[in-house]
Amino acid sequence: MSMEIPYTVELRPDTGLNNGKLGIWLFLASEVMLFGALFASYVMLRIGAPEWPRGSTYLNIPLATLNTVILISSSVTMVLAWASLVKRDFSRFRLFMGITILCGLGFLVVKYFEYSSKFHHGYFPSTNTFLAIYFTLTGLHGLHVIGGMAVNGYLWGPGSALWKTNPVHFTNRVENSGLFWHLVDLVWIFLFPILYLL
Amino acid sequence: MSESHDPKDAHAGHSHADVDRHVRAAYYVFGSLLVLTGFTVGAYFLHLPPRTAIALALLIATVKGTLVAAWFMHLVSERTLIYWVLGLTAVLFLPLLLLPTLTVLDGIVLP
Repeated sequence: MSMEIPYTVELRPDTGLNNGKLGIWLFLASEVMLFGALFASYVMLRIGAPEWPRGSTYLNIPLATLNTVILISSSVTMVLAWASLVKRDFSRFRLFMGITILCGLGFLVVKYFEYSSKFHHGYFPSTNTFLAIYFTLTGLHGLHVIGGMAVNGYLWGPGSALWKTNPVHFTNRVENSGLFWHLVDLVWIFLFPILYLL
Repeated sequence: MSESHDPKDAHAGHSHADVDRHVRAAYYVFGSLLVLTGFTVGAYFLHLPPRTAIALALLIATVKGTLVAAWFMHLVSERTLIYWVLGLTAVLFLPLLLLPTLTVLDGIVLP
């Protein structure tokens, strides 16, 4: 016996949304609270500290700027991937989604070099409060990048089979994945100045 | 359930003109985000007083975040229910951000 999930394509009369869209926004709201709690912790730790180092004391601003440009670019290619599906151009979707995934990979490679450099210089989360919150915030953000890449990779590869049987549902899935990816970008937009520049 | 499996319906709720407008806006937002990132980094090298630097960096980040949320996440033209969800999130988020800070700043000394 198979059970069909309702309102994956058409809009629910009471919400005016399909279920996936409402679900992803509720999830994003919980993500805002998660990162909000960590931002609050950052503020509290910074206010309570007798002294607080400038980010550049430990961190590499050019690399972080490069990562900012990479994530912003990936947000645009994500929009282009979704727009390609709406215009029924599957090959362009594959291209732009592929670039989005590669941008995510590029971000992680840069982060790997950043982390390696810190460890090489003996900077660990246990070194001081600044590095503890730096590794916590960027580590959690990095996990979100990996999660977003996993979903995007699935939609680029095996998950794209849905396009042949139910293109509207597939387009909705890509839109929802895009919403998550943009949130990851949005969080980084705040992490960058707070950790590296202030 | 009457789901359409016709690729012609892949744009349900969006006309091609809508999508073209959306893509054009995305390019403008992309350019704006790059320029604002330049401002953020540029402001760092001005060596402003800490309070000014923090206020400016957060202001630029807020503008960038608003652009991403409004255009990339389609919040400029979203359903009312989503606004309610986000409004409730904002109501809960502010105390989350402010209460610990106010606690630290509390100058009352207990005997």
